[in-house]
Amino acid sequence: MTTIVLYGLRESLRRKMFAVVLVLTLFFLGLYSWGAHEAFKDTRNFVGPGQQRLNSEDLAGAIVFGLAMFATLFLGAMLSVFLTLNVVRGDAEAGLLQPLVVRPIGRTQLLLARFIGAAGVCAAYVLLVYFISLGVMRWAGGWSPDRIISPGIELAAAVVVVSAIALAGSVFLSPIANGIGTLMIFGAGLMAGLLGEIGHAINSQKLQHISRIAWWVLPFDALYEDALHRLTIDTTGFAKVVLELGPFGGSHRAGTPLLVWSAVFLALVLAAAVAAFSVRDL
Amino acid sequence: MPPVLAANAVEKRYGRVNALSGVDLEVEEGQLVGLLGPNGAGKSTLVKIACGLVRPSGGSVEICGAAAGSPGARRTLGYLAELFRFPSWMSADELLTLHQRLAGSPGGPAERAELLELVGLAHARKTRIAAMSKGMQQRLGIAQALVGSPRLLLLDEPTSALDPAGRRVVRGLLEELRRRGTSVLLNSHLLSEIELVCDHVVIVDHGRVVAAGTPDALRRQGGVEIETASGTRRFEDARRSDVPRLVRELVGAGEQIYGVRILASSLEDVYLEVVD
Repeated sequence: MTTIVLYGLRESLRRKMFAVVLVLTLFFLGLYSWGAHEAFKDTRNFVGPGQQRLNSEDLAGAIVFGLAMFATLFLGAMLSVFLTLNVVRGDAEAGLLQPLVVRPIGRTQLLLARFIGAAGVCAAYVLLVYFISLGVMRWAGGWSPDRIISPGIELAAAVVVVSAIALAGSVFLSPIANGIGTLMIFGAGLMAGLLGEIGHAINSQKLQHISRIAWWVLPFDALYEDALHRLTIDTTGFAKVVLELGPFGGSHRAGTPLLVWSAVFLALVLAAAVAAFSVRDL
Repeated sequence: MPPVLAANAVEKRYGRVNALSGVDLEVEEGQLVGLLGPNGAGKSTLVKIACGLVRPSGGSVEICGAAAGSPGARRTLGYLAELFRFPSWMSADELLTLHQRLAGSPGGPAERAELLELVGLAHARKTRIAAMSKGMQQRLGIAQALVGSPRLLLLDEPTSALDPAGRRVVRGLLEELRRRGTSVLLNSHLLSEIELVCDHVVIVDHGRVVAAGTPDALRRQGGVEIETASGTRRFEDARRSDVPRLVRELVGAGEQIYGVRILASSLEDVYLEVVD
């Protein structure tokens, strides 16, 4: 199994997509550093309506870092989709898969090893960008989130869930169809989060309810919003209200059942992929 | 001792299409069996079922007594697909190392060097696959299939991308494998190739075995031609055993004999006769 994991890792690192994401990441981090620096500078004397006390560093830090989290999630999801979209059907059509499948390793191990390789690269990428972004916040404004480790882990977990969805899709769909399908699912999850945010702003219980259902169906958005929530978990008052209306989906506590469900969801998606792959003609 | 490969009444359906309709086939230890048939006859499907890539709709295939596709069966076979690709960023040596690990082969560098030597790629050990010609990749594919010294080698059109010199290398390789006692199921369009190297030939058409036997047995005798001073005389129904009598009779009749030729149909004639 280790052999296939290492093979998958090397395969992932050699894809052009990885280089593209790296270039985009450097571009993003450059812009982000500049933007964070300017944001802290411009909000230094900011006060809330009616001269309410507002910690401008918390406001700028959480909002700008929330934006970085969204960008990291987006780039990580792109990377995960492009690393896993052709693992089964695409590689089988190219003739790359058959020489491996006939070896005694077995299909289950092969698929899980490819998943571990791709998901490992994506999780490492997300954590790296997350911690670099965190370093930028300290450099630009001396700001740190209330929780440092857990939001990064949740963000990485969200990308791992997207990887599993793309991997399962690769058993059934051609690479292009799978890529489009998975990105649409990813977009739908984020849209559901935004919908919930709108529902929260206009106090619509139905919209919030729809958003909660979407969380259970596509738990990567729940992980993302919970990660945002942990950034300012100890913040209170007006700043908390402002921060909950984050720029790309609000920060909301997902709750333990949903976090557990995310792990179960991941296991179920992988089990479905393994079951379908084990009976698939190649 | 069970046959190295035993296919019993194998069926495969893709929707309404019957790719295989009750195929029986055996490959004995050390035997080199050629699989012939037109495009779409079901040859590749049969090979894929044997190595566990495709599940049969009916019947069974056993490799060295283990069900096709099981870990036990996969441990005993090597396979080269008709359409294959290896990661372009790997070198020949890295590819063989990967397959040694997957096959659990303890051969190490010595096995890799021997296999590359065997397929004429000893000079390309460090060459990236991206820099190899299709023919070199095909030969590397055969080396990859031989990792771990499998008892059964399944080759699906192994010479399709090779030039005549490359085909000769593969022919020599197959003869070497026969000497080593490796059983081979060779799926090929090239009748001459099969005729030259195989001990046994199976012709498949429309998912059924339509002819099987040794190349000699499949080639039918087609009479005797005797060249005499008065011209060439042809005896359509005569067999090899009739030659001494025919020669005696012609000499007795005052003919002078310059040559005797026993006529036989080629494997190609047989193939065209049995295939629609």
